[in-house]
Amino acid sequence: MFISKDPFNVIIGGVGGQGNVLASQILGEMLVSQGYVITIGETYGASQRGGAVMSHLRISAKDQFSALIPEGQCDLLIVLEPVEGLRILDYFGNPGVITLLNTRPIYPIDVISGNATYPEVSKVVARIKGLSRRVWTLNATEVALEMGDPIFANIVMLGALSAMEVLPIHRQGFESVITDLLPSRTLNENMKAFDKGREVVQELHE
Amino acid sequence: MKSIAQNAPGKTVLLMGNEAIARGALEAGVRVCAAYPGNPSSEIIGTLAKVAEEMGLHVEWSINEKVALEVAAAASFAGLRGLCAMKQNGLNVASDFLLNLNLTGCRGGLVLVVADDPAGVSSSNEEDSRHFAKMGDLPLMEPANFQEAKEMTKLAFKISEELELPVLIRSVTRVSHARGNVRLDELPQSSPKPRFDTSRALTAFPALPNHKILHERFNRAKKMFEESVFNFYRGPERPELMVVTCGSGWMYSLEAAINLNVQDRVGILKLGTTWPLPENFVLKHLKQADRVLFIEEVDPFLENNVKEIYAQNCLVLGLRAFFGKASKHIPDVGELNPEIVSHAIQNLLNISYEPRPAEYALRAHESTAELVPARALGFCAGCPHRATYWAIKVALTLDGRDGFVLGDIGCYSLGMGPSGFGQMKTLHAMGSGTGLACGLGQLNRFGLEQPVIAVCGDSTFYHAAMPALANAYYNGANFLLLLLDNSATAMTGFQPHPGTGYTAIGSEAPVIDLKAICKVFGAHVEVVDPFDVATTVETLLRLLQKEKGVKVLILKRECALVSAKHQKRLYQVEVDQELCLGESCGCNRLCTRIFKCPGLMWDQAAGKAHIDEAICTGCGVCAEICPGSAIRKEKA
Repeated sequence: MFISKDPFNVIIGGVGGQGNVLASQILGEMLVSQGYVITIGETYGASQRGGAVMSHLRISAKDQFSALIPEGQCDLLIVLEPVEGLRILDYFGNPGVITLLNTRPIYPIDVISGNATYPEVSKVVARIKGLSRRVWTLNATEVALEMGDPIFANIVMLGALSAMEVLPIHRQGFESVITDLLPSRTLNENMKAFDKGREVVQELHE
Repeated sequence: MKSIAQNAPGKTVLLMGNEAIARGALEAGVRVCAAYPGNPSSEIIGTLAKVAEEMGLHVEWSINEKVALEVAAAASFAGLRGLCAMKQNGLNVASDFLLNLNLTGCRGGLVLVVADDPAGVSSSNEEDSRHFAKMGDLPLMEPANFQEAKEMTKLAFKISEELELPVLIRSVTRVSHARGNVRLDELPQSSPKPRFDTSRALTAFPALPNHKILHERFNRAKKMFEESVFNFYRGPERPELMVVTCGSGWMYSLEAAINLNVQDRVGILKLGTTWPLPENFVLKHLKQADRVLFIEEVDPFLENNVKEIYAQNCLVLGLRAFFGKASKHIPDVGELNPEIVSHAIQNLLNISYEPRPAEYALRAHESTAELVPARALGFCAGCPHRATYWAIKVALTLDGRDGFVLGDIGCYSLGMGPSGFGQMKTLHAMGSGTGLACGLGQLNRFGLEQPVIAVCGDSTFYHAAMPALANAYYNGANFLLLLLDNSATAMTGFQPHPGTGYTAIGSEAPVIDLKAICKVFGAHVEVVDPFDVATTVETLLRLLQKEKGVKVLILKRECALVSAKHQKRLYQVEVDQELCLGESCGCNRLCTRIFKCPGLMWDQAAGKAHIDEAICTGCGVCAEICPGSAIRKEKA
């Protein structure tokens, strides 16, 4: 399996603290080990403080691309929080984009305080569907909470991604990257999260 | 687990720009590495600390950037290779030493990496550190990708030894904090034995002869850079537009030319050695085009310096039109991105380009405008700083004299925003809140009636506030200093400092006790746990109303993100919806509307507060705040 476009542009988005940086690094490592040239640009600084965060992955068979994806050029959006999906598509989306969405909201402090409202998730999903070529959804946070820690939501999302077959990634590659990157005691839990994501993700049809 | 120190020549790995710089230093045989953490530079030394024992290095988190540069320079003075890393603000701190070090020169290779933060995403300011290279006549290089970050660092040590000058490498966020493919080379097996040559002193004084030697070395650097592999041109022989760029601008320019399909019309002159500029190389390429566009981050450094070369040679070159920040084709503040470069090229070549259908863009904009709420930055759930600012807010309200808080740099800078209840009123440099309090704490003699509070983090206190506290006692200033001791340099990734009891490489270290230092400096010192809201408010109020002198209150509670790594949560927190009276309580939704920890939610259906179990860390502070005792905490 090869990338369908060069460069193939992936955005992993969410809220600071959801682990999008680690997810982008794991995905990047899986692709580098297959010989791809990868660039990852990450939103830092605000990453641990509840702000909107994004990682940009550029995947190419030949060239090193810049750390920022140009306007309207996202090919695959992996997003850990519903309204963040819309926020990212606003600038980076295009009619061909494929979206993988975690449907569990994280409320901004302005919503908690009552100064802003959070839309119905079903409405957000419908808009994302209208702005994407194909959409897959799951409640990755719920899956992670069932495992005992919401921190696994990013890994659940990577498992889900592997089931979509839009990128040349597989379970074995994930296992070897996790073994390289993370302490060995976390391996089983991470594999479980990955498998669970593969299992529960579903493509959204009209 | 994979190590940055793997000796695998030829292997391609995915590295963060900062890791590539660290790897370059390892391949150059660096022995001493020192820094004070600051984003986007922190991972350079953090990465090296992890392999310090394995590679036989000395790696330290120094108390501040000036000391860090002195530590690295000391290695160089003894003939070893030294690396120092910092962010742009750090170079301001280190600049006093740097601008004397240029006069003495150095011996072993000495490389100073400065990572600038265009747009100040994780900084108090936006600053271009390259001016220091120009001010100090020091060689400067700017990597444009990850491989270059490694290669340049490695080469910088060699250049430094040849010229006997420290070499600066200026990185930016999109190089330092991005990741990309890097091909590894061999690691050296041996290192010289250190010796300080007592026959050659290293004194900046007398300045005049040393300044002359510096200029000779500088001219050698200029010659050396004429041949640098990091400077190259890509494009047609006679381009309609010549883009002159460096650093992150290189890939943006290349991509813009590809996307606009103008590679046969636009040439790109990519410079890696940006001070001193390779004059002949630049002139050769200025001959190729009549119109020149500068693409670089933060200040018009290349722009002005290339124009200066042009001015010296304009009779030979003839007329040229220059575009960039001065002509407003490129914004003069903020970060670059591919669109900025693309728009400038479109504008100058008069071409149009539509990145996606206009109808799609309109729909996407409408959805966002209609549905997407803003997501303001705030303290993490369970952050001790939220509890601290809450206590400050309550105490200042009870005190009633319109007291205010002077702040500085750290996570607690967010005290200026909604999650710190807008309490922090000044923000400048490291330690500046305490320094400003030294001044405001003198103004009661002129009739200032408001109480003065300074906040300062533990790491910041060691870095820059100790002199200010000594000053306060010596000169008799009146204020209350709040030391927000979360036992880490939290904002930059939890690096240790002299109060934590361990070093950069994780070995045990003596604890320099905050309370003891403050007492030595003559302050009245008390310690509270900010999670104990009632005691904190009571203590704050009492100290605010204490008459004279400098008072210190240490608010001791570990960073919630650090705690989460090594201990279970303190409390299981839940809202008893029987007891929560919701809108009819009269508390005006104190927990969610005012305190607004992200671990709380407003349950629209029930019209009552609720805990978000995916976010709550169990600090229990909201249970203390609820006037109806509807939020309950139980030991977890």
